Amino acid sequence: MAITLTETAATRVRNFLTNRGKGVGLRLGVKTTGCSGMAYVLEFVDAVEPEDQVFESHGVKVIVNPKSLAYLDGTELDYGKEGLNEGFKFNNPNVKDTCGCGESFNT
Amino acid sequence: MALLQISEPGQSTAPHQHRLAAGIDLGTTNSLVASVRSGQADTLPDAEGQHLLPSVVRYLPTGEHVVGFEAKAAAAQDPLNSIASVKRLMGRGVEDVKTLGAQLPYSFVPSDSGMPRIHTAGGDVSPVEVSAEILNVLRARAELSLGGELTGVVITVPAYFDDAQRQATKDAAKLANLNVLRLLNEPTAAAVAYGLDQKNDGVIAVYDLGGGTFDVSILRLNKGVFEVLATAGDTALGGDDMDRVIAGWIMQQAGIGDDADHKQMRRLLRDACAAKEALTDADSVALNIELMNGSHWEGALTRAQLNELIDPLIAQTLSPCRRALRDAGLKVADISEVVMVGGSTRVPRVRERVGEFFKCSPRVDIDPDKVVAIGAAIQADVLAGNKPDDEMLLLDVIPLSLGIETMGGLIEKIIPRNTTIPVSRAQDFTTFKDGQTAMALHVCQGERELVSDSRSLARFELRGIPPMVAGAARIRVTFQVDADGLLGVTAREETSGVQASIQVKPSYGLSDTEVETMLRDSMTHAHDDMGARRLREQQVEADRVIEALQSALATDGELFLADDERARIEAAAAELDSLRRGDDHRAIKRAIEAVEKASADYVARRMDANIRKAMAGHAVEDFK
Repeated sequence: MAITLTETAATRVRNFLTNRGKGVGLRLGVKTTGCSGMAYVLEFVDAVEPEDQVFESHGVKVIVNPKSLAYLDGTELDYGKEGLNEGFKFNNPNVKDTCGCGESFNT
Repeated sequence: MALLQISEPGQSTAPHQHRLAAGIDLGTTNSLVASVRSGQADTLPDAEGQHLLPSVVRYLPTGEHVVGFEAKAAAAQDPLNSIASVKRLMGRGVEDVKTLGAQLPYSFVPSDSGMPRIHTAGGDVSPVEVSAEILNVLRARAELSLGGELTGVVITVPAYFDDAQRQATKDAAKLANLNVLRLLNEPTAAAVAYGLDQKNDGVIAVYDLGGGTFDVSILRLNKGVFEVLATAGDTALGGDDMDRVIAGWIMQQAGIGDDADHKQMRRLLRDACAAKEALTDADSVALNIELMNGSHWEGALTRAQLNELIDPLIAQTLSPCRRALRDAGLKVADISEVVMVGGSTRVPRVRERVGEFFKCSPRVDIDPDKVVAIGAAIQADVLAGNKPDDEMLLLDVIPLSLGIETMGGLIEKIIPRNTTIPVSRAQDFTTFKDGQTAMALHVCQGERELVSDSRSLARFELRGIPPMVAGAARIRVTFQVDADGLLGVTAREETSGVQASIQVKPSYGLSDTEVETMLRDSMTHAHDDMGARRLREQQVEADRVIEALQSALATDGELFLADDERARIEAAAAELDSLRRGDDHRAIKRAIEAVEKASADYVARRMDANIRKAMAGHAVEDFK
């Protein structure tokens, strides 16, 4: 069971956390919504819940709750650019299909 | 695959429901768009990596247009169709443009709406339309960068912008299909970018030296609300002037005569600007100037020499600073923070002199070209709902008092200046004459006591008031200012429910210096104004007394008054009537009292008779 960040993603997250001035790490999760079943959650973490699992990747704490972990195990979070747009990408091996926009998915 | 941003804890949105917000600095020379992504506010570059968008729109004979660098580059060859500095025309009427227009190279055509239109090869365009084209480009850039449609934007405007100029800016946004969450004062945005709104209460000076304009604003932060205490500036002073003095120095050193042609001058100015920028970090910069005969002149410009050249210009910015402090009624020691805005504040000498003046080291960490857009982006992020609810919502205040004209040409202020917005205030008024069925309302803006010294914003009429005796109608006038500082006025007669309202629309505007002058005048003329107000009030009261007396005498003077009594009352009234034309408010007041005294018995008799009439046929019990 593991969740990892690419080095580019980790650098970005570290910068964003420094800029924000607070927060212990990054939360990855899923919620049931969206046009194709599941949607990703990507949030700053100020408080780790008792049931949370904490991973560490390139010096960044990645926090996932056990329910989400089932859908995310093996995910690598990357950071990239598409034209003018830039942001984080989930490379999730559990995904069977995504909706056209890629914001929600099925496992 | 969608690209995601990190949200605040618990603020993740469902797919396709991202609350994408942006802040836009719609500047005179350059414009910028910024957004908060993964908690970090930054300006958004275009595909070439350029953050600044020159605020220039060029209209082509084909009906097409280009915006930005391309339009700016063409401005020299095609000045009539390349519209720059359109911000100076926003919300201005044809009359204002006549004075401003003399400095601008465009051909203006009059229009029915009172708004000036600029004649171009691509058709006639209004300043609002030109601004909308700039906003369109920024919107497209933001949507491509954020990967979706914008939920809303915050657009910044100068603190001295009046209602008409703000409304025009909002109209431009509407035309560009943008949902304006809020218009934000530029100095306030700069203070927000530095997070000063999260800090302790205090007074902040915002020093904004751009390419061609200088503004200084004194803000007071009070419980999370920024008040603009004073603004001052110079609409024709900036970095371009520095380039000109440096170019002048180079010409002198290189022995270039005043007969240098346009091309040579442009090149010199470009070299001067480059030298100025290089001297931000270096102590000396080598110059290599190509002369008209093809030979080259080589020399050097040192930081010390540059400082000497630009010192007089910096000194010119310090006198508005002094003026703003004086207007705000503050001393240098009251200033707790100084924020630097505008590219020209990168010049080390400017920072040094401003620091010396305000006796504190100015804030310079954020790129001074981007700081306003960044502050707007932070505010837009909060307003779009991407922050937890406990995050403070920044409020703004109205710059000049709003009120209506009352009898005698006086202003009754309904919302005083520096009230936080949004705000709604109501005041009751009544009729002045018996049987009056209509009322003219005149909405004014300004600090003086007399309408003639204020700015007229709008006029409208309330009709259909049921005929009643003077003073019986209850007309509630409600002023409502929304979060953008735009005004709506409603008048409603409470007994009948008839009402009329007006939205203040751009018709003509005030220049920043006029707003300043109005504020300053209100202070210097405070004493005269008070006297003028007292006089007008007594005159109005005298008119009311005479009017009421004549109407009473006409109905039942015969009935209740002996000839000598009537003569005494009429003499007192005649005396009042003549004093009323004078300018001694105390004498008028005494004459009013004399009339009231002379007619006291008459009034008592009338009242008794009226009560008897009202009670006739009723038993005493009926009134218990």
